[in-house]
Amino acid sequence: MQPLLTIDNLSKTYNSIYACDRISFDLYPGQVLGIIGESGSGKSTLLNAIAGHIPVDAGEIVYCDRSGQPINLRTLPEVHHRKLMKTEWGFVQQNPRDGLRMTVTAGANIGERLLDVGERHYGNIRSEAIEWLSQVEIPHSRMDDLPSTFSGGMQQRLQLARILVTQPRLVLMDEPTGGLDVSVQAKLLDLMRSLVRTLHLSVILVTHDIGVVRLLAHRLMVMQNGQVVETGLTDQVLDDPHHPYTQQLVSATLMP
Amino acid sequence: MPYVAVKGGEQAIQNAEALLKAKRRGELAVPELSLEQIKQQMQLAVNRVMAEGSLYDPDLAALAIKQSWGDLVEAAFLLRAYRTTLPRLYYSEPVETDRMHIQRRISAIFKDAPGGQKLGPTFDYVHRLLDFKLAAENNQFSVPTTEIVDATEATPRVLNTLVHEGLIGATKSDDPADISPPFDITRQSLSTPTSRDARLQNLARADEGFLLSMAYSTQRGYGKNHPFAGEIRVGEVEVVICPEELGFDVAIADISVTEVQMVNQFKGSKQIPPQFTQGYGLTFGYNERKAMAMALVDRALQAKDLGEAIDGPAQNEEFVLFHSDNIEAQGFVQHLKLPHYIDFQAELNLIRQLRRNYDQAQAEQNGVEQTSPPASDSSASSLGHAPSPHNGDSTQVPNLDHLSPEPHSPSEVPA
Amino acid sequence: MTLSPQLPSSPALPEPGFNFAYLDEQTKRSIRRAALKAVAIPGHQIPFSSREMPMSYGWGTGGVQVTASVIGQMDTLKVIDQGADDTTNAVNIRRFFRKVCGINTTERTEEATLIQTRHRIPETPLREGQIMVYQVPMPEPLYFIEPSRTEANKMHALEEYGPVYVRLYEDITRFGHIAMAYDYPVMVNDRYLMKPSPIPRFDNPKLHMNPALQLFGAGREKRIYALPPYTKVKSLDFEDHPFTVETWDQPCEFCGATDTYLDEVVTDDQGSRLWICSDTDYCNQRQQNNHLLTPTLS
Repeated sequence: MQPLLTIDNLSKTYNSIYACDRISFDLYPGQVLGIIGESGSGKSTLLNAIAGHIPVDAGEIVYCDRSGQPINLRTLPEVHHRKLMKTEWGFVQQNPRDGLRMTVTAGANIGERLLDVGERHYGNIRSEAIEWLSQVEIPHSRMDDLPSTFSGGMQQRLQLARILVTQPRLVLMDEPTGGLDVSVQAKLLDLMRSLVRTLHLSVILVTHDIGVVRLLAHRLMVMQNGQVVETGLTDQVLDDPHHPYTQQLVSATLMP
Repeated sequence: MPYVAVKGGEQAIQNAEALLKAKRRGELAVPELSLEQIKQQMQLAVNRVMAEGSLYDPDLAALAIKQSWGDLVEAAFLLRAYRTTLPRLYYSEPVETDRMHIQRRISAIFKDAPGGQKLGPTFDYVHRLLDFKLAAENNQFSVPTTEIVDATEATPRVLNTLVHEGLIGATKSDDPADISPPFDITRQSLSTPTSRDARLQNLARADEGFLLSMAYSTQRGYGKNHPFAGEIRVGEVEVVICPEELGFDVAIADISVTEVQMVNQFKGSKQIPPQFTQGYGLTFGYNERKAMAMALVDRALQAKDLGEAIDGPAQNEEFVLFHSDNIEAQGFVQHLKLPHYIDFQAELNLIRQLRRNYDQAQAEQNGVEQTSPPASDSSASSLGHAPSPHNGDSTQVPNLDHLSPEPHSPSEVPA
Repeated sequence: MTLSPQLPSSPALPEPGFNFAYLDEQTKRSIRRAALKAVAIPGHQIPFSSREMPMSYGWGTGGVQVTASVIGQMDTLKVIDQGADDTTNAVNIRRFFRKVCGINTTERTEEATLIQTRHRIPETPLREGQIMVYQVPMPEPLYFIEPSRTEANKMHALEEYGPVYVRLYEDITRFGHIAMAYDYPVMVNDRYLMKPSPIPRFDNPKLHMNPALQLFGAGREKRIYALPPYTKVKSLDFEDHPFTVETWDQPCEFCGATDTYLDEVVTDDQGSRLWICSDTDYCNQRQQNNHLLTPTLS
């Protein structure tokens, strides 16, 4: 099988300090890759570099699009890049306020990506919005409400719906459960797990929470000081950590 | 025709102008102001008008002040409009403020500096007491005698001391490799992101009050940059052009300018070591308040280049540069006096329609919720002062009958 | 622009001491260059080095500069504000061009070779060879969504107009229809989002496939844009919520026209009103031609 995304020797420095030091990995369709590490380990920098939010210094990012065409994202013109981000990719921010338009209704938030790609039928947009609201378990009656009237968990689910409406193939998530209560987290994780399965999504999930990766990720990458120190199947890495840093991370976390 | 809109024939406009001229002249028994009087006795006003009018010509500035009835923004506007009709023949060489014929020069960062401190004519240490003697005319004041300074000698800059120690950052324009011709805001349309040459030109002719407030805001924490007055010098400099057809320099004028170099603390970033940075201000004529404010705002606008957080309005180039020009600002603010009855009519039609929808929705809602009859009995009249409109209570719902006669109201049809 | 040699109003001699049309030839050329670029890329805003004019920014300096750059000695100029030839600002701009050009002026739309306007498009259809010059206060259609011009430029370059439609979506959701009454944004030639200047949306359909050259000048914001003759101009809408214009259930009370934009004129403080054409020239001509119809009040 052809990888969906190939990261090859990706490096990013800040003032000669490596935030990401020659990172390489392949992501296959339907796979969920967890990236775990403490703050400052370079995991968020890596995610933002892959998404094109920050420029990288070296390395390749190759994405295989819907038509099976490999695309070098570092040389892709911005107009195509932005289009791709709105159609085939999605980015879930830790803080839903950064990922939502807080001053427009939930329906408009979901509709925006459809409008971006040229949908011009109000009724169709409404029915798509209803469909995706139910997918993320938000009552239809809230469609014309502002996200600021939603709870944190609902906002995060709305952010998912806003992205999923154009049926992306790859979703990048930056600490998606970060600011939520434990019980709300559990519900969101449950929803994310079922969406990943039913929509056959590929996901790169950055978190510092071992519980989240254990539940969602097929594979795991452990980062420390800008480098990947350990990688493998999630269960293997967590149950039999080899690198001392991974051992320390695992032992510091209570087992579920 | 029973109505007069904001319409007026040419006669009305001409009458308004004639009335203005007469009012401006005032009582004929009072002698008329001469341009020479304005130029000499209101020199600081002339300076401000030249700076904001972007044209160094004290005679025309004095005329503009006289013509504008003392309204300095209007006077600057007159100069700008006149400036439009002038062709640009040459670009001058950079003025050498090092060789300024100094009238005043102070530094706040060293007790003394090579070249010395010189107070010159300043309000700084004058007690601001109204001088009633000045109300009388025929005042005679004599110039105090001071030692003669050799005017040809260049006065070294105070900041050179810091430059030698490598403690003050070189600005981009100091880079000899950068030989691209400077931006010209009078011939090019300013677009963002801007370079410092364009910014300085914009600030040099910016509204003094606006710059002052922007500068002040940085001192109160909206984009703080810890300024020190490195050097302020006021005096005459020579303007030199080098026409291509001649191939040598020709001095065309001496102009009076105020130059300010601010020294600002900079703790350094990952790329740049800790050092001082500079804010620069230069205005036509003697105008320290403006030049200092300009230097503070120039420094604030360097935030982006220095990798500082942009958290104050004075650091936001779009905010500062696109709102600094009083000729633009006064025009757009005052254009609201022009008739807007077409767009207002469109807005009025829309609001009426929205209002009808709203009232209809309210009525439907009340119809659903309300099981009791509409509030028309005496028990409901006590609610008459409640703020929310109540269906059926005509004292609270604005009477739309006369506002929106049904047959006249616009309706929607497909185009 | 030298169309008809007939002289509807007596030309005055231009005031001495000024260049023809006030601006020097160098400046006019630079503005014409910007206008030509604008014609080449319909609907796209071209920066130009706007000059200070002897009237205030915001009072039509963009239109005045464009007019000054394209006007010739044989031109016949019409100036309207709110549709009327006799509003103070229209009078003043017409007076200015008479003073600095000594050209003919007219109030008749069909006689004009050059029409400068603020807030209206004449009811009389324009024809080939005429030039319409619009005064534009705020040229950037994205400014209410994206105040940063740097970012707005990028959105235009990448044709990212989704957020504008979000605004329309919200209007329909809240009000049942798109709640924009004037300066209603349009897509030009299927490519650029453009503001038509604060004309009522009633006038938007006149922009489409118009035989005249339409030039838009924003002096304070220093932008020029254009619609060359016969350009496709589409007012933004949704397939199931098509663009609409206002109509009135009653005709003009002066000339009886039923297909014009009407002004509501308050005649006393008792709520009495008169509904009359905003286009004074069109209305006068209809009255003169005895086209007065019996008002049919419903």
